[in-house]
Amino acid sequence: MLKSRIFPVLAVVAAIVAIWYVAAVFMNAPVQRDMDKRAGVTSTTWQLVEKTMSQAKPTLPAPHQIAVNFFENTFQRKLTSNRSLVYNGWVTLSSTLAGFAFGTVLGIAIAVGIVHVKSLERSLMPWIIASQTVPILAIAPMVIVVLGAINITGLVPKALISTYLSFFPVTVGMVKGLRSPEAMHLDLMQTYNASLGQTFWKLRVPASVPYLFTSMKVAIAASLVGAIVGELPTGAVAGIGAKLLAGSYYSQTVDMWAALVMGSVLAALLVFSVDIVSRVVNRMMGGRPA
Amino acid sequence: MSMLLRSWQAVAAVILTVLALIRLPMFGDGATTPPGNATLAIVVILALIGAFSALLVSKRQAVAAILFVTAHAGAWLLFSALLGNEGQARAPFFLLIAALWLLAWACVTQLSALRPESREAATLVRLLIPAIFGAWVLILWEAATRGFGIPFILLPPPSAIGARIANSLPVLAADVRQTIFKAVLFGYVVGSGAGFVVAILADRVDFLRRGLLPIGNFVSALPIIGIAPIMVIWFGFDWQSKAAVVIIMTFFPMLVNTVAGLTAAGHMERDLMRTYASNYWQTLFKLRLPAAMPFIFNALKINSTLALIGAIVAEFFGTPIVGMGFRISTEIGRLNLDMVWAEIAVAALAGSVFYGAVALAERATTFWHPSIRGG
Repeated sequence: MLKSRIFPVLAVVAAIVAIWYVAAVFMNAPVQRDMDKRAGVTSTTWQLVEKTMSQAKPTLPAPHQIAVNFFENTFQRKLTSNRSLVYNGWVTLSSTLAGFAFGTVLGIAIAVGIVHVKSLERSLMPWIIASQTVPILAIAPMVIVVLGAINITGLVPKALISTYLSFFPVTVGMVKGLRSPEAMHLDLMQTYNASLGQTFWKLRVPASVPYLFTSMKVAIAASLVGAIVGELPTGAVAGIGAKLLAGSYYSQTVDMWAALVMGSVLAALLVFSVDIVSRVVNRMMGGRPA
Repeated sequence: MSMLLRSWQAVAAVILTVLALIRLPMFGDGATTPPGNATLAIVVILALIGAFSALLVSKRQAVAAILFVTAHAGAWLLFSALLGNEGQARAPFFLLIAALWLLAWACVTQLSALRPESREAATLVRLLIPAIFGAWVLILWEAATRGFGIPFILLPPPSAIGARIANSLPVLAADVRQTIFKAVLFGYVVGSGAGFVVAILADRVDFLRRGLLPIGNFVSALPIIGIAPIMVIWFGFDWQSKAAVVIIMTFFPMLVNTVAGLTAAGHMERDLMRTYASNYWQTLFKLRLPAAMPFIFNALKINSTLALIGAIVAEFFGTPIVGMGFRISTEIGRLNLDMVWAEIAVAALAGSVFYGAVALAERATTFWHPSIRGG
């Protein structure tokens, strides 16, 4: 079972890495030939292949170059150095988490309002759905610059963008979740003469928990994207987005890829930890593993 | 007493109006063209008519209509009074706006309780309620920015943004052409198409499906947008690099959704196809692809938003001197916030139209599905 699941994934990953190496050779070769010609060196095909994998600013860095750069910048630098990926990752992570926390609270609050106030549902819900179709990230640089103009800089503006991106999925998921109890269960609560508050806490909230965690997984990934894009217009101070921007200014492709890897590691960690929490909560609430 | 309980918004509106009358005048000493007393009187009378009709009249349609007219006519009059007196508004102005806003809220409450008999009326009400909400977001925004005199570079009023859109249509059209008709559409079609083809391939080869699906799910959670600067280095500043970002961003949602959709056809139907001795391709085209359509359209909808985001953000990393992302980043640098908002409004409109077109196509092709039939 484990074998039949893991083996195909490993095979595909291996294929991707192999294709990557071949692509790196072909994409870096023209530049390398040019460099050789200027240096007056003639190299055999094999030497050329070797050189394409050790350029300082390759068009497509070979996977091992990215791995080495990632390792150096993650484990071998002081944590306070602004070249350290741990430091930059932490900057991005902190605004991601702050924005995610605000966004989740806000999303839940709006969902509770929508479920209980009919006029709010009819007037607000269409806009929330419509707002999903809007490229919200386009607004990010403006938020940063405008808040910077009134001396709000650093974590807050980035967290605001993350909040904005993460509260939509939570709202939509929670409205669905709070509505998920069947009519039968609601009727039962009524026969118990349960008040609105009791129905809410004892029936609607427990029923909505699985929906909450599903939408939180989407929200935390969106939150990370928001934080990264939010770092672009700040003039490359710190964070994964700033590393990407600085890399693109100076064509430090290896640095950029390493920053991307760090972003991916963060995304995986975040989604994974939400998943763990959801499993723990599910078990505490007496749910059986699906 | 029961009369007062009928609409708390109306009661609050009356209180706010009275408070406004106590705290007159409406504008500070610096106002250049203070409005006459007649305007103020009409606004107050409108607010009171609306509030008392909500408390006294029992027919819902009538109340809703009266509230709709009084709230919006009052707001319009207040704005005409504000013209030339920007930044001089005092408490009564905001109290009156708040009172009118409460009336509009009461109107929405009445409308949501309506049970129209004909279908057209029901559709109208369903559209009118969010329209009123949206209109009041703009009205309160306008009142706040112009009433308090918020600096233009922080938040321009909606009227200025509207004027900017009307004045710079050629620029906006050029940006839309560059970003949407070149980068987004090309990337969207190629990315979604590639995702679809690979999904069919993965469906045919089970080993590939089991290998690709977990990776596809994983990649969907990654901040793929970060690939944008690398694509700009590879493919240059023009639209090709943006299209490349869009292709990568739209590929994975399509792959994952199509693979999931292809398993959606029931066992019974598949067995039936087997008894007909239909081969793989016949089963695919006649049964499994139609059954996968809702999933495929779901991916197309997700991709319509992702494609726009990808293209616009990629333009932040370098473009020729045209394009929506380029315009947004340069006009921010020049603090032309109204142009930025105009561009965002256009992006929002384009996103909604794009999404709407996909949704319409979905209705036309999957009319048989329970979620569309309403069954």
